Amino acid sequence: MSDLLLEVGTEEIPARLVPGAMRDLKAGFEAALRELDLARAGRVSVDATPRRLALFAEGLPERQQDRTETLRGPSKQIAFDAVGNPTRAALGFARKAGVAVEELTAGDDGKLTVERTIAGRRTHDLLAEALPGVVLGVRFPRSMYWMGKGSPRFIRPIRWLVALFAGEVVPFEIAGVQSGDITWGHRRLGSGPIRVHSAEEYRSSLRTNAVLLSAEDRASKIVSEAEALLPNGSGLRRNERLLQTLVFETEHPTAVLGGFDETYLDLPEEVLETVMLVHQKYFAVEDRSGAMTNRFVAIANSDGDDKGVIRRGHERVLRARFNDARFFWEFDQRTPLADRVEELKAVTFQASLGSYWSKTESNIEAVARLNEALSLRASDAKSTQRAARLAKTDLTTEMVGEFPELQGKIGGLYAVAQGESESVADAIYDHYLPVGGSGPIPRSTVGRLLSLADKLTTLGGMFRIGLMPTGSKDPLALRRAALGAMRIVVEGSLAVSLDNLVEIASAGDNAPKLREFFLDRLRHWLQEAGGFGLDSVQAVLAASDSMPVDVLARARALAEVRHTPDFEALAVSFKRIRNILEQVGPGAVPDGVALDLGLLEDGAETDLHASLQPIAVRVSECNANRDYATSLRAIATLRPALDRYFDDVLVMAEDDAVRSNRLVFLAGMLRALSTIADFSLIEAEPAEAGGS
Amino acid sequence: MLTFQEIVMRLKAYWARQGCIIQEPFDCEVGAGTMCPETFLRVLGADPYKVAYVQPSRRPADGRYGENPNRLYKHMQLQVILKPAPEDVVELYLKSLEEIGIDLSQHDCKLEEDNWESPTLGAWGVGWQVMLDGLEITQFTYFQQCGGLDLDVVPAELTYGLERLAAFIQDVESVYDIRWNDQWTYADVRLADEEQYSTYNFEEADVGFVWNEFNLHEAECKRLLDRYGSELDSLERRRFPLLAAFDQTLKCSHLFNTLQARGAISVTERAQVIQRVRNLAVAVAKAWVDQQQGLAKEAA
Repeated sequence: MSDLLLEVGTEEIPARLVPGAMRDLKAGFEAALRELDLARAGRVSVDATPRRLALFAEGLPERQQDRTETLRGPSKQIAFDAVGNPTRAALGFARKAGVAVEELTAGDDGKLTVERTIAGRRTHDLLAEALPGVVLGVRFPRSMYWMGKGSPRFIRPIRWLVALFAGEVVPFEIAGVQSGDITWGHRRLGSGPIRVHSAEEYRSSLRTNAVLLSAEDRASKIVSEAEALLPNGSGLRRNERLLQTLVFETEHPTAVLGGFDETYLDLPEEVLETVMLVHQKYFAVEDRSGAMTNRFVAIANSDGDDKGVIRRGHERVLRARFNDARFFWEFDQRTPLADRVEELKAVTFQASLGSYWSKTESNIEAVARLNEALSLRASDAKSTQRAARLAKTDLTTEMVGEFPELQGKIGGLYAVAQGESESVADAIYDHYLPVGGSGPIPRSTVGRLLSLADKLTTLGGMFRIGLMPTGSKDPLALRRAALGAMRIVVEGSLAVSLDNLVEIASAGDNAPKLREFFLDRLRHWLQEAGGFGLDSVQAVLAASDSMPVDVLARARALAEVRHTPDFEALAVSFKRIRNILEQVGPGAVPDGVALDLGLLEDGAETDLHASLQPIAVRVSECNANRDYATSLRAIATLRPALDRYFDDVLVMAEDDAVRSNRLVFLAGMLRALSTIADFSLIEAEPAEAGGS
Repeated sequence: MLTFQEIVMRLKAYWARQGCIIQEPFDCEVGAGTMCPETFLRVLGADPYKVAYVQPSRRPADGRYGENPNRLYKHMQLQVILKPAPEDVVELYLKSLEEIGIDLSQHDCKLEEDNWESPTLGAWGVGWQVMLDGLEITQFTYFQQCGGLDLDVVPAELTYGLERLAAFIQDVESVYDIRWNDQWTYADVRLADEEQYSTYNFEEADVGFVWNEFNLHEAECKRLLDRYGSELDSLERRRFPLLAAFDQTLKCSHLFNTLQARGAISVTERAQVIQRVRNLAVAVAKAWVDQQQGLAKEAA
């Protein structure tokens, strides 16, 4: 058993892609082991820095196991003549199998067989053949070539390769780089070339050359050093994404504490955060109350900052950035948002849909129609109009030009500064919410309407010109927009119908597709975020999909009762009714045929009819108040009567009139009780299904 | 402390020692050193090339009337093209920083992902922004495509932002405070450009006139490209002024930027105008490759 060390030395790999590359390298290597029948390694692990992907495999066999192969030849009768001499067939087979004729024996089936042992190949040789494919099999978005057209592709140039198996170099070549036993340390804190003989030596040599190979070690070094630097009473504002980026942007991270003038804290926290975290990749430092302080922690790819050179450099850059932001703020205030609407004519929304000015016009119209549909208070209606007019104007500001990720928020902050009402400002601030399946929706009704209108006109416009998402491709993030629209309606309790939403979106010929698109997102969200089973979601939507807000209320009620024994049994009975009606076909229960009470059989049938009447009344009362859970509990009380009915009554009676009347009865009952969910679509738990 | 001009001279001397041709700035307005023929045309084809030059780069929309300490209508780039990119290109680059007095073992130097793309040039590449103590000082790009053509040989392009670098080395807060030499500052030399061109680009440029110029240069470029497509004998082909056609393309690109800064390009126009410039750039690149191949054949 021996160990393999593989190191792919590269130029700096983008930090965001390193974790995926590690996973790919490991998976690709393990797949190769399986294919080569070497998959008995004790452990395969990977690690990485920006400049190297390293793989360790412990306990690999020295060679493949020998295999035996059975060759089958001609039958004994053909192979030997009457006197037992080998024929040409026997001689040929022996030659092919590489054995003497005397060694040929017949198997149970009378055919000649030869057992042949195939020696397993040396792991060393197999690795030499397999490793280039493993390395180049690591997938990256937007890879590059560097040795000329047609040469191998990787995320950045590969500059060296270490491949040692059992202490010996595994020889192979990728893009002109020959594998060897030479690695390199940190670009400036390490020396090189460094010869390595084993995995342990490799790790320790890297450490002496200022490379911490373990991502975990780097992460804990970053956090512990950063925290140690902070003055009492302050703490690091933790941010896992930032930490991950810094871990994969450094080979030897060192925390450096910096500060800035307190007056910059007057800038909005949104701007401070974006500058520090997103642009400069600094950790923010907060006080005990969680408020931002005028300190930051930068993570240098270095081993210290005795003279404060690095600190001063980062402070200078941050100061310039904050100065820019302050300059943008002041400069932007010279032209209030209200005066920027015209400028939107020069900002593209979408090439064939026009500018953000047209988009604004569409949004204004859409909020007006939503206001009407929801009969909003006059003051709110006025605010939505104003907010819709101003919502996109921050796209023309210097601040958003510099920090595009702050669009909307900047508009909201400027609106406050320029004396717009709080309701207008908040709505603008929030109008790109919700961001995904779980982030918050806008805080106020005005904000919800604006955000909804914005999403509707985007979706409508894109669908109108045929830019629907296909497959996994959704470059315009339309799925997210549709999900956002559905969440706002449902979570914001907006009593607006799906048809109305589709109409306001005005998707032209593709309106039916947009409707289906909304339903898809709604279904998906109810399952993912709501935790409702697919059958519940389908059942609720089958009853009615006209009001999305109602769909959630009904799904919740259904979830409350569906696992009670009565209800599960009831669902089975409903499925039975549905099956019967499907078998007889729609013609068997003509529209408008009334139930003939006289034809009902005394006993189970009349009992069921009698039980049903008060329940139906109760259900319609409760439904009117959207108290669906009470409705469902009322329906569940029907179970004993329904069970008895199916025990005692033969629906498909001989007598045509009786049979037809029974079908009318069942169809009517199904209709009356399926307003909340189509119970026949509910899957019973297997145990309960068997018991009923 | 190194002055602005000393920094420039040291970097040029360094790259000269690495075998680069030291070129002087190209004499058309360009938005970036990449657009100069010394980069745009030289990266095409298989012939090796090494060149370094300072290129004043004009971006009309970036002007701030000299009021912003870090933003300029015209800034200076040091552009280095190494074709093909040598194996130790990153190391060579880092040494150039040490050449101007930056002891990298005392600093925080990171190569952060930053891919580059120019829709108007039909060009893109992958690379990094080089961050020195949190300041972006250089754009480092491995070209992959130029003029819509996959490159035969991959060059490395290093673009140093000279003002930023100088402000860093001299530890000043505003580019205008950079010591150009011992007697004059950056403001002394350049503030007037910033003030006047900001006014021109944002307020004064005559939209009709600039459009007209754009159309004329485009027409001239197209005329030349059409002529190149006609029957030419080998001498005519060799002497054919594709370089002049490329000048016309660059003029169009700059005039487009001016119109854009002036707010004179509507949404629907914008995409179309970019496409018009790109068409010229791509056609010139194609013709250039054809012309070079013809020359190679003649030589053989």
